[in-house]
Amino acid sequence: MHVPDGFLDAPTSLGTGVVAAVGVAVALRGARKELDDRTAPMAGLVATFVFAGQMMNFPVGAGTSGHLLGGALAAVLVGPWTAVLCISVVLLVQALFMADGGITALGTNVTLMALVGVAVGWLVFVGARAVLPKRLSSIAPAAAIGALVSVPAAAVVFTLLFAVGGTAPIAFGTVLAAMLTWHLAIGVGEAVITGLVVASVTAVRPDLVYGARPVLERRELEIRAGRPVGTPNPEAGA
Amino acid sequence: MSRKTFLGGFLLVVLLIAGGGSYYASSHPDGLEHVAETTGFGHTAGDSAASDSPFAGYSTKGVDDARLSGGIAGVAGALVVLLLAGGLAWAVRRRGGRPDDQVDETTAGQSDEHAGERRVDSPSEA
Repeated sequence: MHVPDGFLDAPTSLGTGVVAAVGVAVALRGARKELDDRTAPMAGLVATFVFAGQMMNFPVGAGTSGHLLGGALAAVLVGPWTAVLCISVVLLVQALFMADGGITALGTNVTLMALVGVAVGWLVFVGARAVLPKRLSSIAPAAAIGALVSVPAAAVVFTLLFAVGGTAPIAFGTVLAAMLTWHLAIGVGEAVITGLVVASVTAVRPDLVYGARPVLERRELEIRAGRPVGTPNPEAGA
Repeated sequence: MSRKTFLGGFLLVVLLIAGGGSYYASSHPDGLEHVAETTGFGHTAGDSAASDSPFAGYSTKGVDDARLSGGIAGVAGALVVLLLAGGLAWAVRRRGGRPDDQVDETTAGQSDEHAGERRVDSPSEA
């Protein structure tokens, strides 16, 4: 989904650059609430994982591939504001060192993958978490649903940007249909990877999964309230 | 699993993916590139100003072996991301650890035979 230089005209690229800069500035403030001595190293690792994951293109048929965007994954693991910073750093390194995604298109790519990808992935995750049973085992499926929706959402926003500032006159409906079809398929891959990674981390260190905190806090409260001091723990061994 | 073991294992997995696994990634155009080609705006893509970078296109300039070239570029990129994102997260974090992190330090201090002497000084430091 990395937009190269040239797809969008200069005014549109400038516009997305401003949106991206404001988004990152707001995220810098928000991330302070999410990060402490314990979670800051996790944020660095999650960004590095997204970078590595974006190198692993998987086939989606007809000579086409897709790769992880990582917005939903990062948001669930380290929190949405920190996730915006993580994905933005990945996109910056890719644009400057790997020539992956244009430099004038960096604002567009941050807008699509760091802002839209994280926001949609996180909000859909929060919605799914509210609907699913309040258990730790619901976190990974909820993250997968967020991931599934985040990819076509970013594809739709690209199509809108292309309609506004695309440098080639292609009909909106044509681009939208093609973008949605392929990115729904890529979204399935995104959901599988996100679900597996979140399930793995949740199984080993649920306390390091930002999106699992409400479920964890609830669980601790239930144990303390339900068991007088000195009696056997009914949940022991469960 | 301790937090350090977990983070170390996580980093190892990431470096294995970036350095080795990526060789097996699909080289087909991604969704956006495919759509650009089939709907007719692929030709508007320009060369990146970073295309002269030693790691442009996830390969290392001057290294002929494809596996090694991609592996070096992947690990180098991953380490730059780790440094920048980890550094940024460390810089904006709330200062001061959580209580359960400080327990380790207290326990370590008590096992020290001079712990008693230090404890006299500690209130003035706080």
